[in-house]
Amino acid sequence: MSTTTPVTEAAQVAQVPPPNRPPSATRRSGLGMLFVTPLAVVVTVVFLVPLGVLLFMSFTDWPLLGGPTVNGVENYAAIGENELFLGAIGFTLIYTVLTTIVIFGVSFLLVAVSNARRRGARFYRTAFFLPYVVGTASAALIWFASVNDQNGIANDVLLKLGLTDGPWGFLSTPGQALFTVLTLVVWKFIGFQVLVLLVGLQAIPGELYEAARMDGAGTWQRLRYITLPFLRPTLALLLILSVTGSLLAFDQFIVLTRGGPDNSTITVMFAVYNTAFQQFDLGKAAALSVVLLLALVVLNTVQFKFLRPKED
Amino acid sequence: MALQQTFTPPHATTMSPEAEQKRPPRRRLPVGLRARSAAATGGYHLLSGLLAAVFLLPLIWVALNSIKSTTEANQQPPTWFPQSFSLENYAQLATYGEGIWLYAANTLVICLLVVVGSVLISVLAGFGFARFEFRGKKLLFGTTLLILMVPYATILLPLYIVLNTIGIGNTVFGVALVEIMFQLPFSVFLMRNSFESIPRELEEAALVDGCSTFGALRHVSLRLVMPGVVTVALFAFIASWNEFLAPLIFLNDGSQYTLPVLLVSLRSGAYGVVDYGALQAGVVIAVAPVLVVYLLLQRYYVSGLVNGALRG
Repeated sequence: MSTTTPVTEAAQVAQVPPPNRPPSATRRSGLGMLFVTPLAVVVTVVFLVPLGVLLFMSFTDWPLLGGPTVNGVENYAAIGENELFLGAIGFTLIYTVLTTIVIFGVSFLLVAVSNARRRGARFYRTAFFLPYVVGTASAALIWFASVNDQNGIANDVLLKLGLTDGPWGFLSTPGQALFTVLTLVVWKFIGFQVLVLLVGLQAIPGELYEAARMDGAGTWQRLRYITLPFLRPTLALLLILSVTGSLLAFDQFIVLTRGGPDNSTITVMFAVYNTAFQQFDLGKAAALSVVLLLALVVLNTVQFKFLRPKED
Repeated sequence: MALQQTFTPPHATTMSPEAEQKRPPRRRLPVGLRARSAAATGGYHLLSGLLAAVFLLPLIWVALNSIKSTTEANQQPPTWFPQSFSLENYAQLATYGEGIWLYAANTLVICLLVVVGSVLISVLAGFGFARFEFRGKKLLFGTTLLILMVPYATILLPLYIVLNTIGIGNTVFGVALVEIMFQLPFSVFLMRNSFESIPRELEEAALVDGCSTFGALRHVSLRLVMPGVVTVALFAFIASWNEFLAPLIFLNDGSQYTLPVLLVSLRSGAYGVVDYGALQAGVVIAVAPVLVVYLLLQRYYVSGLVNGALRG
C-alpha cells in the first residue's frame, strides 16, 4: 500500500513555513520521531524482541521453568515423528478447507437476502452480524449449553422436528464434534463475511447493471461479467482471512471439544499450547509455531502478490 | 488507494436508516403483478425471518435460561419459555470463586488499559506519520503492519518469557500491553489516514497563533479525527473484552481471571456436574456489554471495517 499520494506530496512541497516559526528540517524530523516513540517502543518490546526469541527458542531445549540449551534443528526434525503435531496439522488442514467452503457457501445466501431492497433487510443484516461481536469463548459456551444431551435446546429442536428419537451426540464422535464446531464457526464468523461482501457489492456502480440490462444481459451474465470481476479483490481478501483464521483456531476447540473425542479435534495452536504449558517443552512448541508462522507469511505474500493486483 | 476518505464513506450507509429513505419510491404495479409481488415479499420474509431466527435463537435462549430458576434451567427436557422467573443463577455467580463482579472488574480494567493505550499510541503515531518526515518512517510503519501477518498466537511463548523478564509477567499491565500490540496495525493505520484526510492549514494557523505542535494536535486536529478515535476505542474495547487466550496464558492467579477465562472454568463444572443456569447467566454478563456497545456505535464499527480492516 502506498504511504503518500502525489497530492499530499505536492501539498508538502507547496507548504509555506509559518512566518514567526521557521521549522528547521531537523527539528521537525526530531519532533516526528518523538510522536512515534511510544509506538516504536511497544513494537520493539512486545513484537520484534519476542519474534527473535521465538526463533532462538525453536533451536533450543527449553523447559518452561528452566533455561535454554541450544540443540540445533532437533526440534524441527522431531516434528515429523511427533504424532500429536502431525495429527494436529492434518486436522487443522481439514478444518480449514471445510470451514472455508461452508462459510463461503452460506454467506452467498445471506448476502442475497440482506442485499435485497426490501423493508426489513436492515434488520436481517444486523441479526446476521450480531454473533460476530460475541467473543469466541462465550460463543463456544453458548454452543456447549445448547448441544448438551441432557437439556440442550439443539436436541430438543431435533426431537420436535422428528429428526431423531434420542439425543444426538453433538460431541460424541470425531465427525459429530467437527460438524458441531463448524456450525459454531459459521454462526460466529459469517456476519463479518456478509458485511464485507455487502460493502464490496455496493461499491459496484449501478449504471453498469443498467447498461448491461439494456444490452440484454440476463441475471447470470450480469453476475458473471460484472459482479464477480468487481468482487475479485474482496473475495481474495476474505479467502485469506478465512484460511488464516482457521489455521489459528484455538478458542472454540479448547472450550467446546477440549480436543476430544480421542484427541481427534486438536488444532496446531492447541498442540502448541499443550506442548508448552502442559508438557513444559518450549523448544518443540516454538518450532511448531515457526512452521505455522512461515505458512501464514507465505499465504499472505501470495495473496499480496497475486490476488490483489488491482489495488491502486 | 483513497487516503482522503472521510469516516462516513458511501458504503457505511449500508447500516444507516437514511439509506432506506433515499431510495426511489416503489412503483405502483398493476393489480395482477401486485399479487405476485406480495407473494414474493411473503416468501422473502419467510426465508429471511427463518435465517434471522437461527442466528438470534442461541442468544435469546441463553438470555431466557439465565432468568429461569436453577432447577428449571437444568431441567430435562428443557423448557423454551421461562415458567419461573428468578435471579438465582446470577446470585449463584456472585459467590462463585471470588465473585463474578471481581472477574468483571478485572476484565474492565484490562479493557480500559487497552482502550486508553491503543488510542494514545495510535493518535500520537498517526499524527507523526501523517505530518512529519523522519528517518526510519517507512520501516516503522511497515513493521507495525507486519504484526498483522505474524498473528500474536504464534509469539505467545516468547512473549511469556519477555514479560517475565521485564517484570510485568502475571500482571494486568502485561496482558494489556500484549493486547494493545495486536490492536496497533489497525489503529495506527486508521489514525494515520484520519490525520492525512484533514487539512493541515488549521494546525498551521494554530502554530502561528503561538500554539506548540502538541497543543495544535490536542486542541485543533484531535477534534477533527474524533470519529477515527471512537472507532479505534470501540475495536479495542470489543477485542479486549472478548479476549480469551492472552489472559489465559499471562495471568496465573485465580483472583486475576477475566470473564471469558472464568466462564470456561464453569464449563468444567463442580465434581463433573455443570450448572447450566449459572453458566448461561455468566455468558449473558460476558456478552451483554459488547452487544450494547456495538448496537450503540454500529456506525463507527462499520466505517472502521471499511476504512481500516479492509484496506489493511
